[in-house]
Amino acid sequence: MADAVLTSSSPVRRATARPGAIRRFFQRKSTIAFLMALPLILLIFGLVIYPAFYAIYLSMLRKSMTSIAWMRNCSWLPDAICTRIPFGNMQFLFTRETFWMVVYQSCLFAITAVIFKAIFGFIIAHFVHNIPAKGQRKWRGMLLIPWVIPPAMSTLAWLWLFDPSYSAFNYILSGMGFGRIPWTGDASWARFSVILVNIWVGAPFFMIMYLAALKSVPDQLYEAAEIDGANWWQRIWYVTLPMMRNIIAITALFSTIVTFANFDIVRVLTAGGPLDQTHLFATWAFRLGIEGGDIPLGASVSLFMVPILAVAAVFILRDINQRGNEA
Amino acid sequence: MTAAAMASDKSAPTRKVQYGSMSRDRAWALRWSYFFLVIFAAFFLLPPIYMFITSLKTSAEISAATNPWWVYNPTLSNYAELLTKPEYLTFFKNSVIVSVFVVTITMLISIPAAFALSRMRFWGSATLATGVFLTYLVPDTLLFIPMFKMFAVFHEITGIQLLNRWWVLLVVYPTLTVPFCTWIMIGYFASIPKELDEAAIIDGASWFQTLTRIFVPVALPGIIAATIFAFTVSWAQFLYPLAFTTSVDQLVLPVGIITTLIRGDVFAWGQIMTGALLGALPPLIIYAFLMDYYIAGLTAGATKG
Repeated sequence: MADAVLTSSSPVRRATARPGAIRRFFQRKSTIAFLMALPLILLIFGLVIYPAFYAIYLSMLRKSMTSIAWMRNCSWLPDAICTRIPFGNMQFLFTRETFWMVVYQSCLFAITAVIFKAIFGFIIAHFVHNIPAKGQRKWRGMLLIPWVIPPAMSTLAWLWLFDPSYSAFNYILSGMGFGRIPWTGDASWARFSVILVNIWVGAPFFMIMYLAALKSVPDQLYEAAEIDGANWWQRIWYVTLPMMRNIIAITALFSTIVTFANFDIVRVLTAGGPLDQTHLFATWAFRLGIEGGDIPLGASVSLFMVPILAVAAVFILRDINQRGNEA
Repeated sequence: MTAAAMASDKSAPTRKVQYGSMSRDRAWALRWSYFFLVIFAAFFLLPPIYMFITSLKTSAEISAATNPWWVYNPTLSNYAELLTKPEYLTFFKNSVIVSVFVVTITMLISIPAAFALSRMRFWGSATLATGVFLTYLVPDTLLFIPMFKMFAVFHEITGIQLLNRWWVLLVVYPTLTVPFCTWIMIGYFASIPKELDEAAIIDGASWFQTLTRIFVPVALPGIIAATIFAFTVSWAQFLYPLAFTTSVDQLVLPVGIITTLIRGDVFAWGQIMTGALLGALPPLIIYAFLMDYYIAGLTAGATKG
């Protein structure tokens, strides 16, 4: 980019590099603008784009990181080609049962959590919207608290609520005559628990976004629908949802990215257990890469998040550009 | 809600509904709204409240078979113990230093960049603005492993050790805060009328003066929202410190509480809950006082200014 700025100015000041020319170059609007944005550019290239590509390179190495992990023994390819493909780590992952469990759990976790967050957020936003305007601020403030607390801290509280021997939930359940629930001890309950905590953290965000969207729907539309005899369900289906379509889509896509790449909640609540059944891509990559010392394998695992993140990002970008053009 | 549904059901045409029923429906809808809001609020506030309850208990009471939802002998000993514990104070200090520096760095990078991108076009500025937004969507969980290796390689080449130093977080956190802050600042700057900076330029102000004298004061609400966001993110960040720092004196609060207060299977729950509650307090206090800015920043993230 620096080159481009230089070359675009050179035809004008083609002559010798007089001090005046340099000063004038530095007074050009585009030069000043470029210099102002330079820290941002360096940050993005040095600490986001470079590491992202470095991760791809790392994922091709062996554990010792001195040689490349070629694929081997692929029956569907001639050996001469097969042993020239540097995806040995990926091939290894595909043969491991834990990997497929992580894929399954990540998808289950993200899809279920986002759907329930969206539903809860929608319902709560409606209730808040229903009550008189002067009380709304107070309720909104109270309901957003889970989003404000650092997730690692609030998950500790959940961990204590789920504690195997002193669980406060089990105390209530046994008081009502039910048996104890192994909240984090049993695989299916542990999956339920991490999703529940994720919903708890994320639903307020949906609530805030939907509330803002609800406020932007003109009252006349509801009045017109009511005069035409629409019941409350029809009003939601034919008026509210179409008006909020854009914000619903964008919030859900944002949340999909964040939820799919989640780390804090699973790490604190179950650390992937019992028996690796609640690992997501991020937590498993951490276990393999940082704790297990196999950086290439960890990088390979985390790279499997990219396709889904990329799809969500493309849709978000399209939505935002569309809205920018409409406005 | 159900009452409203029945009143306008197909079996009873709306024309025949008496005038009084509309307000009665509204009253019922209101009552149901409050009822469900109370239930949801109870669900949302349960963990912080339970944190507070536990933080007032002694270890003996925590392990006793009494009602966990009630404090029989309230005590502040957990708070006293934790606030005199040097390592906990170190975590707190590290967290404060890291967050304050990260917020400063973020603002110094993102405000000029947002100004340049929204007002002063240069080659590739539109692409860069989109790129900023895309980097905001790159999660930390994708970058921590290559960064870990990058810092190790950096140590081999230059001899400067970055791993296990708290200040490495000052280098790393801006990747999370700067893209978002730049993005919402671009939105705020774009909403400022062009006449304002044209007038300033005509009056002989330099671009830099236009930024500091005109744009920063006018876009102050946006800057506050971005500051709050940057602070909340750097205070809550858990993955990077967990991956990059290990020694007790280098840890920040979330990681410190989880790695030092939990030792094997022994959970000092009273202290853990106290520590977590105190750790959650700074963002909560900021939120309590600046809620409107907080929410403005939250909703601005998904919109183009």
